[in-house]
Amino acid sequence: MKLLRLAPENTKFGFMRFRRFSYPFSAILSILSIVMFLGVGMNFGIDFSGGILIEMRAKSGQADLSLLRGLGEKLNIGAIEVQGFGTEGDVSMRLGALAGGDQALQSTVSKLKAAVGDGYDFRRVETVGPRVSGELVQSGTLGVVISILAVLMYLWFRFEWQFAVGAVIATMHDLLLTVGFFSVTQLEFNTTSIAAILTIVGYSLNEAVVVLDRIREMMRKYKKMGIADMIDLSINAVLPRTIMTATTVFLALLALVLFGGEVIRSFSLAMMWGIFVGTYSSIFICTPILIYLGGGYSSESQTAVCRTQGPGRTSADRHRH
Amino acid sequence: MLRFAPWKVASILIGTLLAFLLVVPSLLPKDTREAIGRSMPSWLPYRVVVLGLDLQGGAHVLLEVDSASVLRTQVENLRDDVRRVLRDEKVSLSGGIGLQQRGVTVRITNPTDRDRVLPKLQALSQPIGNALTGNVAGHSLDFNTTGEGLTQITVTDAGVADKVHRAITQSIEVLRRRIDQDGTTEPNIQQQGNDRILVEVPGLQDTTKLKELLGTTAKLEFRFNAAAGADPGEFEMLPQTDQPGLIPIEKRVIVQGEDLTDAQAGVDTNSGRPDINFTFNIRGGQRFGQATAENIGRQFAIVLDNKVISDPVIQSPIPGGKGQITGNYTIETANNLAVLLRAGALPAKLTIAEERTVGPGLGQDSIDAGKRAAYVGAALVLSYMLITYGTFGVFANVALAVHILLIFASMVLLGATLTLPGIAGIVLTIGMAVDANVLIYERIREENHAGRSIIASLDAGFTRAFGTIVDSNVTMFVAALILYLFGSGSVRGFAVSLGLGILTSIITAVTMTRMMIALWFRYRRPTKLPI
Repeated sequence: MKLLRLAPENTKFGFMRFRRFSYPFSAILSILSIVMFLGVGMNFGIDFSGGILIEMRAKSGQADLSLLRGLGEKLNIGAIEVQGFGTEGDVSMRLGALAGGDQALQSTVSKLKAAVGDGYDFRRVETVGPRVSGELVQSGTLGVVISILAVLMYLWFRFEWQFAVGAVIATMHDLLLTVGFFSVTQLEFNTTSIAAILTIVGYSLNEAVVVLDRIREMMRKYKKMGIADMIDLSINAVLPRTIMTATTVFLALLALVLFGGEVIRSFSLAMMWGIFVGTYSSIFICTPILIYLGGGYSSESQTAVCRTQGPGRTSADRHRH
Repeated sequence: MLRFAPWKVASILIGTLLAFLLVVPSLLPKDTREAIGRSMPSWLPYRVVVLGLDLQGGAHVLLEVDSASVLRTQVENLRDDVRRVLRDEKVSLSGGIGLQQRGVTVRITNPTDRDRVLPKLQALSQPIGNALTGNVAGHSLDFNTTGEGLTQITVTDAGVADKVHRAITQSIEVLRRRIDQDGTTEPNIQQQGNDRILVEVPGLQDTTKLKELLGTTAKLEFRFNAAAGADPGEFEMLPQTDQPGLIPIEKRVIVQGEDLTDAQAGVDTNSGRPDINFTFNIRGGQRFGQATAENIGRQFAIVLDNKVISDPVIQSPIPGGKGQITGNYTIETANNLAVLLRAGALPAKLTIAEERTVGPGLGQDSIDAGKRAAYVGAALVLSYMLITYGTFGVFANVALAVHILLIFASMVLLGATLTLPGIAGIVLTIGMAVDANVLIYERIREENHAGRSIIASLDAGFTRAFGTIVDSNVTMFVAALILYLFGSGSVRGFAVSLGLGILTSIITAVTMTRMMIALWFRYRRPTKLPI
């Protein structure tokens, strides 16, 4: 049987030469992401903004969007965001935070339900009060920050500090670009999006670790080679695996995007973006940092990176002799 | 690499079989499952995967004790206590008792009075902590006497926290009684944080009634209508439930809801309208009987949550401790009120801080969508592995199937909840679990291309890839762990399935694949690597 190979064999791409383009390119994208985030902002779901979300399905199979849009004015509760999704009969109504806190939310939900009437099935009703949404923002941010710190510690312990710095800068880059992705697409940003972000962080580091692991191995094997060449050699060596894994994860996510339903679509789309960004940054952002931190191309400074062995020995090393 | 002890093979196979047995109940249709379940010994983990509310439908309500109102009640009680002490000691104040946000002030100018009264007032302060173990964490009140005899009594932070804590524990009991009485649902009621209660009711569609059960304080009081010319300090103006306008009601409470032993919805024999019949305990019955006997011709008010339900004129003494509440009730509202009165009043007002309700239709749709995504995702990944790695792809696919089995088995064993993001997590790990296999296979190829023998390549592939596999999975696992710690609700379900998926994928992708390749090598004796 002829087996499929997506990645060409024995590649010798000079990835490190691209850092002159990849760094400015990524810097521009990162700045654009920040600008988009500050200028346009993310489409925060009620988890973080507080408010009301009601999803309903018209019993007749045809939802009357304009009638529902008019409810906000009729009931004097401000603008309601009314959106159709999925089938013709599915509608979601969203209302931002209200003055008056928890009590006001509850009474508004009752009013809305009564005004909508019997023509609709209420499939989901959510209200999030101001205190809870504030805490969700806090714990979400804290979670992302702590996970990056924890992983930094682990990498520092397992590798040299230069590796950890490279991996974390690459992860920050992915994080910024994901924030930019949410700002540009205006996909709803909710607690599941935090899950997506943390998974992207995990995936991005996973990719970085695989490359870094191989670089470390090569450093011990070819002590005389310049660092840029060595990184290129390592990346080329793991390239088939990188492409293969990115493809399997992409296929799994494709199934989620196409068949997983509305509720987790923004999660799946963000993850898909994260796969691209994570793979890109592990090659073009993470590793070139070693060149800068290692001090250039001389073999002396390059050995400085891998001189101390400490806990950084892999099982592979022990089996070498 | 190629020596794979028979006991290892046996334990892997037995482990897989056990995992399969754990998952079997979840795969059976409900009737069959319950029929078999009856004949199973109870110590067996014959359970199904717990579905989150987002999949089975239901209501999730987060209630918050209003700390401000707890404090207000506490300060008012303090004022009453201080007033009582002063009255008992026959001390009159210059300027009365000053009410502040956190406490009260009293000015006792006479030094001998002050020395006499202060210890009595200080006795009002209660130790906080466990009285039995003597582990006292502080006191409920703080005293501060300035010059000219002004004493400031403040409720301490510990005092408020203690009150809130008690209010929470008591409220949980009351809520459980209310919901249990109401029907056959199996609610989950638990404390969350310091001042919150989480109520989860699976399968509930209409939350209006639930919210009424949760949000009503149900403080019932029997008081007299104020007589004409009464002292303004002795009564207050209260709204009525059936009519507009305020009416004056005495502050003194004759009997309250605590003294009820029973309340049942019934039908008034005269008007034929629904009403609520109640029974007092002995103490309440005696007080009510006495009060009605002494006040024939006056009106007494039935007050629920500071609203006057009715204020009938007392025609004759009401002995025997029985009575009825009439009003504008339907059978349903009468029933609800009876339930609330039986379960008792909430010690503090509860507000709804968060509510998430998913209808059963949406839950089922989510399950269907999740299943479809999982099948399609698995099919795509499995075929891709097959066409890329051939025979080795089959090994990886068998390992992947066992991996999914192990995730579900450990969820059953741990009693973890499967949510929609959880399903997404499983689909995602389908894509990621093969990463370990890919790392190993690519390494084997590489070593083989570098000129090693088949057996040396296989050995090097497994040993060298292992370090990378551990490193890369630890980072992912850290992300999952932190998501579990900081995540809320259904996102936790994602963290659980992602975390479990990472652990099981290391077992299956490394150990199981190695076993299969070892066996394959031993029986096939290949001369060429198939990848």
